[in-house]
Amino acid sequence: MKNNTIKTSKEDLIFDIVSYAVIAILVLACFYPMWYVFCASLSDPTVVAGCKGVLFWPQKLNLDAYRRVFSNPDIWTGLKNTVLYTVVGTTLNVLLTAMLAYALSRKNVMLKKPLTLLISFTMFFNGGMIPTYLVIRDLGLLDHRFAVILPGLVSVFNFIIMRTHFESIPDALEESAKIDGANQWTIFWKIYMPVSATSLAVMTLFYGVSHWNGWMNAMLYLPNSRELFPLALITREIVLSSATSAMNDGAALTQEMADAIKYATIIVSTLPILCLYPFLQQYFTKGVMVGSVKG
Amino acid sequence: MPTQTVAVAKKPKRALRGKPQKPFFERLALDFKRNWILYLMALPALIYFIVYCYAPMAGLYIAVSDFKISGGLFDGKFVGLKYLMDFFHSYYFGRLLRNTLVLSLETLIFGFPIPILFALVLNEIRSRGFKKLAQTVTYMPHFISIVVICGLVVNFFSLNGLVNTIVQLFGGKPIAFMSDPKWFRTVYVGSEIWQNFGWDSVVFLAALAGIDLAQFEAAKLDGASRWQTIWHISLPSILPTVVTMLLMRLGHVMSLGFEKVFNLYSPATYETADIISTFVYRQGILGANFSSAAAIGLFNSVINLILVVVMNKVSRKLTESSLW
Repeated sequence: MKNNTIKTSKEDLIFDIVSYAVIAILVLACFYPMWYVFCASLSDPTVVAGCKGVLFWPQKLNLDAYRRVFSNPDIWTGLKNTVLYTVVGTTLNVLLTAMLAYALSRKNVMLKKPLTLLISFTMFFNGGMIPTYLVIRDLGLLDHRFAVILPGLVSVFNFIIMRTHFESIPDALEESAKIDGANQWTIFWKIYMPVSATSLAVMTLFYGVSHWNGWMNAMLYLPNSRELFPLALITREIVLSSATSAMNDGAALTQEMADAIKYATIIVSTLPILCLYPFLQQYFTKGVMVGSVKG
Repeated sequence: MPTQTVAVAKKPKRALRGKPQKPFFERLALDFKRNWILYLMALPALIYFIVYCYAPMAGLYIAVSDFKISGGLFDGKFVGLKYLMDFFHSYYFGRLLRNTLVLSLETLIFGFPIPILFALVLNEIRSRGFKKLAQTVTYMPHFISIVVICGLVVNFFSLNGLVNTIVQLFGGKPIAFMSDPKWFRTVYVGSEIWQNFGWDSVVFLAALAGIDLAQFEAAKLDGASRWQTIWHISLPSILPTVVTMLLMRLGHVMSLGFEKVFNLYSPATYETADIISTFVYRQGILGANFSSAAAIGLFNSVINLILVVVMNKVSRKLTESSLW
C-alpha cells in the first residue's frame, strides 16, 4: 500500500505500532536461537553454561571448540561426502528433471498424458519405507554412495515447476529452430535451457538444500559405512546422540566443552546455508509461487 | 510445505473427420519414430520412477506374505491380511494411531492460523526494508537441517536452557521437557510452528499482493479503519487460498513427518511421541520384522491416499481448484 494517507488518525498510529511490534517479536524469535548458538560456539564454555540460554554477544572469545571440531577427521570426511553428494546429486537431479519436463511439455507427444499421470501418482501413494529399503537392498546398493544419491532423483514438485515453465515458452522458438533443421535435443539444450536460467536456478536450490541437509537416506542405506556418511548425519551423532568423545584430548570432556563442541558443529554444518541463503531467498520464494500459480 | 495445484486443462476431443484413424499401435510406432529423442530424454527419469516408486509398490506384496530375509520380495507364502490383523489387535495400534493423529491435528489447529495472521500483519507494514528483513529471517528456519533444528530444540528445552530460565523467571520449577511424555506434544508442535510459520505464509502473502489496490483506496476514502480493511477486504480476498491450503493440510493429516519425531523422541516419551512411521522404522529396519512393518506402512499409505482423494473432491466442490 502506498503511503498517501488522507488523515493519519491516532487509531492508525496505534495499529502501526502494534503490527511492527508483533513482527519484530516474531523476527527475534526466529533469529535468536541461531544467534545464540553462534555466540555460544565462540564463547568460553564455562561462561555459556552459567548464562542459562541468555546470550546476546560472544563472551570471553574462545576458539577451542572449533579447534576440536576441525581436528575431528569425521567432520572432514562428512564435509567431503556432503559436497560430493550435493554436487553430483544436484547435477543429476536438475538434468533429469529438466529433460523429463521438456519431453512431457511438448505438444505432439502421444504418451504425454499417461506418463504424466504415472509420475503424478507417486505423489499420493508410495510403497513406504520398508519395501523401498528392500528394493535398494536387492539392487545391491546398500553401503554404496548411490544409495544416498539416487532416492529422490526426480521430485514431482520440481518436475511440475519445470514443465509449467517450458509450456509457457512460446512455440515459435521451437518452430523456427525446427525449420533451421535442429533436432529436439539441440532445441532443448541450445535454446530452451539457456532461456530457463531462473527456473533452473530455483530447482538447483531446492535440490541442493535437500542434499546438503539430507541424513535419512544415509542412515537407512549405509548401515555399515561410516566413512560414507554425509556431514548432516555426523552432525546428528554429535548434536543429538552426544558422540563427542572422538574430540577429547585423552582426558574425558567436561559437559561444558561437550556442549561447546555441539554449538561449533551446528555452525560448521549450517554456515554454508546461512551465508548463501539471504542472497538466494527470492529465488526460493519464486519457486513456490510458480508451483502454486496454476489452478 | 510447498504445495501446488495443477490444473489439467481439458482439451476438446479431436474430431474425427474424413479418413478413419490408424490403429493405436501403428500411431504409437509412428510417434516413437518421430519423437524418439524426446522419449530417450524422458527415459532416465522414468526408469527412476519405476525402480524407486513402482517397484516398492509391487514390493508391498511382502505385507500380505511371509517374507524371509534371505529370500526375494515375491518368494514369501501368501498370508492375506494376517499381519494387518495382528497390528490391529496389538497394544500399539491404538497408541500409534492416537499419537499420529493428535500430533498432526494439534500442529494443524495451532499451526495453520499463524501464517495467515502473520501474512495479514506483515501486509500492513509499510517499510519495504523491514518487510524484506522480516521475510528473510522468518523463512530461514525452513532451510536449516532438521537435525540442527532438533539440536536447537533439545538445547533450548534442556534443564539449563532458555525455556526453563523463563519458567523460573515466572516462579516455576524447572521442567524436564525432553523426557516427560506430558510435554512432548507441546514441544513438537511449538517447534513445528517456529520452523514453518514464515515459509507457510508465502502463499498467503502472494494472495494478498494480488488484491487490487483500488479497493483499499476506496475503503480509505469511505473512512474505513485499518481493522475494517483487513476484515472486509484482505481476509475475504485470501479466503479461497485459505480453504484450499486447509483442505490440502487435512489430506496430509496421516503423513506426519518421520524426521522430526525421530530426532526428538526417546523411549521415555514413546507413550505420546511414537507415531506410525517411527514404529515402522523400529519394527522393520531395526527389528527386521519386514512383513509386519510393511503391513503397518501400507495401512498408513492407504489412509493417506483416501484422505487426499476425499479432500481434493471437497476442494473441487468448494473452491473450484483441485490437484487434478
